[in-house]
Amino acid sequence: MEMDAVTALLAAAVGAGTPLLYAALGEILCERSGVLNLGVEGMMLVGAVCGFLAAVETKSPGAGVAAAMLAGGALAAVHAFMTVTLRVNQIISGLALALFGTGVSSYLGKHLIGVPLPVTPGPLPIPGLADLPVVGAVLFSRDPLVYASYLLVPTAWFWIHRTRPGLHLRAVGEDPATADAAGVNVYRVRYAGILAGGMLAGLGGAYLSLFYAPCWVENMTAGRGWIALALVIFAVWSPLRALAGAWLFGGIEALGFRIQVLGAVVSPFFLKMLPYLFTIAVLVFFTAWNRRRRIGAPEALGLPYERE
Amino acid sequence: MQPPLVEMRGIRKAFPGVVANDGASLELRAGEVHALLGENGAGKTTLMNVLAGLYRPDAGEVLIGGRAVEIRSPGRAIALGIGMVHQRFKLVPGFTVAENVTLGMKEPRFVFHPRSIEDSIGAFARDRGLPVDPRARIRQLSVGEQQRVEIVKALWRGAGILIMDEPTAVLTPREVRELFGVMNRMAAEGKAVVFITHKLSEVMEIADRVTVMRHGRRAATVEKAGTSPVELATLMMGRGHKAPACDVHAGQPGPVVLEALDLEAEGDRGERALRGLTLEIRAGEILGIAGVAGNGQRELAEAIAGLRRVTAGSIRVGGTDVTNAGPARAIDAGVGYIPEDRLGTGLAAGMSVAENLIMKAYRGAELSTGPFLRRGRTVEWSRRLAERFRIKTPSLDTPVSSLSGGNAQRVLLARETASRPKLIVAAHPTRGLDVAATDHIRAILREQRRAGSAVLLISGDLDEIMALSDRIAVLYEGEILGTFPCAGADLERIGLMMGGVRTSGPAREGTTVPSCMRRHGRLRTK
Ligand SMILES: Nc1ncnc2c1ncn2[C@@H]1O[C@H](COP(=O)(O)OP(=O)(O)OP(=O)(O)O)[C@@H](O)[C@H]1O
Ligand SMILES: [Mg+2]
Repeated sequence: MEMDAVTALLAAAVGAGTPLLYAALGEILCERSGVLNLGVEGMMLVGAVCGFLAAVETKSPGAGVAAAMLAGGALAAVHAFMTVTLRVNQIISGLALALFGTGVSSYLGKHLIGVPLPVTPGPLPIPGLADLPVVGAVLFSRDPLVYASYLLVPTAWFWIHRTRPGLHLRAVGEDPATADAAGVNVYRVRYAGILAGGMLAGLGGAYLSLFYAPCWVENMTAGRGWIALALVIFAVWSPLRALAGAWLFGGIEALGFRIQVLGAVVSPFFLKMLPYLFTIAVLVFFTAWNRRRRIGAPEALGLPYERE
Repeated sequence: MQPPLVEMRGIRKAFPGVVANDGASLELRAGEVHALLGENGAGKTTLMNVLAGLYRPDAGEVLIGGRAVEIRSPGRAIALGIGMVHQRFKLVPGFTVAENVTLGMKEPRFVFHPRSIEDSIGAFARDRGLPVDPRARIRQLSVGEQQRVEIVKALWRGAGILIMDEPTAVLTPREVRELFGVMNRMAAEGKAVVFITHKLSEVMEIADRVTVMRHGRRAATVEKAGTSPVELATLMMGRGHKAPACDVHAGQPGPVVLEALDLEAEGDRGERALRGLTLEIRAGEILGIAGVAGNGQRELAEAIAGLRRVTAGSIRVGGTDVTNAGPARAIDAGVGYIPEDRLGTGLAAGMSVAENLIMKAYRGAELSTGPFLRRGRTVEWSRRLAERFRIKTPSLDTPVSSLSGGNAQRVLLARETASRPKLIVAAHPTRGLDVAATDHIRAILREQRRAGSAVLLISGDLDEIMALSDRIAVLYEGEILGTFPCAGADLERIGLMMGGVRTSGPAREGTTVPSCMRRHGRLRTK
């Protein structure tokens, strides 16, 4: 009985952490190219609504996921055009897109509230592994998007640290002038980073509306896009640490929910605040800690690049 | 005959307000170390940036192996076998050596295997006499090591033409030796090595041929074997063509304004930049400092302006001791300063013309009441100055950074001379300006002299020095080797002194430093 509660909590942590993980991985790719994208929240919401809409229309969750990535990518393309081509301030462009995405998603989703998904994609236990105690239930009896996130983490790490495009990505984020002089196309790399980030944010949104909820509720990300941004700092721009961070944040969210269900005498509003309080604490602590260890943001983060 | 490996013809490159290259040419042969010599601002870096694909020229052509090529990007230059080690290294500080070397390369195609790449780069570098730890991060390396990484990077890309922009400026003497070894070795392998420098002794040591640049174009290309430091110095600085126009001041010079005695000061890298320098200037007199750049000109100007500590000696302006007194007291003593770095040190680039104009005078009762500026008066005041100095600007609120070079310099001169300074230190006041602006700036300096100011003129252009000065002092390795009245100055002798030859006969004014005899033996000149 005790054990089951723990298992359930851990399983909920992974579930709640998955959309954060996608969004954070996307933001890592984006920020590694030197571009800050504060529009993650908007891109997740647009992804969530478009994914849900497409899944309802086509009755295919796969099509929903694809539509969500396209939608997130489309919003990111706007960000890329603004910040890379026009060299608009990245913070302003990102904030504008966060607001725009929120507005557009509630507009598009007006008629989707209360609509059920025609096909609810259930969990897909992995034969063999799913029977393991605890981890079987927590990690290996999940839906395909959770499995995909397991694969994405090492892939992203490998991509960043062990491939030529990854080397170029990091170089552009650290020192675009030098990368340019070395023959790297700074604009192309930044566009790619931003687009990848937007698509993954959209995917994170689709996970919420297609698997986690599964339904469309206005503003259903409830600040997860912002938490993902904090997670990137917590993770020091590393995909592996982003995984740990996402599950930790997911766990806190799940814990608050559980305490509430158990009828504890804590105000439910306080419990709902937990992930955000934790976010602030993490930001304060890790920013100071990273600074002391002199590891931190890509050097050129936030700076538009223009060849002399 | 085989065409030269590289041929640049009639290259022109203009920046807003400045023509950096104006019909510049250069030929490089395989297997030579080719020195590119010239004063600051002569256009050396710009010309090489054109070759390395960083700048697109406005006119002119580049031929590689006799075939015309268009070098549109650094990537294209690399493909053509051109590598450049810039003055400010282009390395990603947080990356390892191996990552920097492979950055932008087609190989490895996709998967980057750090171990094996590090090992091969380590071996590659060692084989070429450039030992460097491929796993080290750039920010952990010394400047000399970083330079080695840059060279390895160029060679790893298969550079057959290696350009090095003032590579020795940042090195210790030992590292310079090692670098020269590497350069010789590359030339022996049939590569063309371009070596940009101001230092004549280094040219004489390492170069096979020398191209001297002056005012954005080639002054001459000579074989090292057939030239001398003196000839090179003359080519760099000009021959003083305008000597007949030598501007002899009619009036009598007044009392001594600047008295610098036995100045010693260190340069930015702790080297001895001023070594017992002594000079004086009188009211109503322009003293021109002739000498090849890097012999202490900058340090001298900064010491007088209160911006650089002197380690020995004294500076008096108008009888006030301002030795190490800082810029504010130097200003109070009556020093106006036209620094060589106009938009950096001289002007606040992002602030308006009016704000720059009042920057020195605003504290006076005429322009302010207590802590408040008197808006009407400051506007009127700057408008008057702008008119008097013919500053062409869309408005007084325009930021100085968007003015042309000549007009920015007028703003600086207007500000520095408005307070009727006793002494004006003008470092390269007309560098990079067009003819009209140059004439105007010179006229302003002459007018200041007429009004009784003493002027210390530092310039890389002997023509300019001849055109403005009453007396000429030759600066070499932080010392004044001799002072001559401009009228009838012995240009031959000035040229020799700029090249480091200490003539033994007494200079006209008898100010030759006795210690000059001691070093006579170590000169490489005839
Ligand atoms: N990017 C730029 N924008 C504007 N002006 C420039 C730029 N680069 C060079 N210049 C100007 O062009 C002229 C030639 O500069 P360049 O750097 O080629 O000279 P240099 O011979 O290399 O001098 P130094 O010995 O000081 O390095 C200078 O007047 C300089 O101020
Ligand atoms: Mg230069």
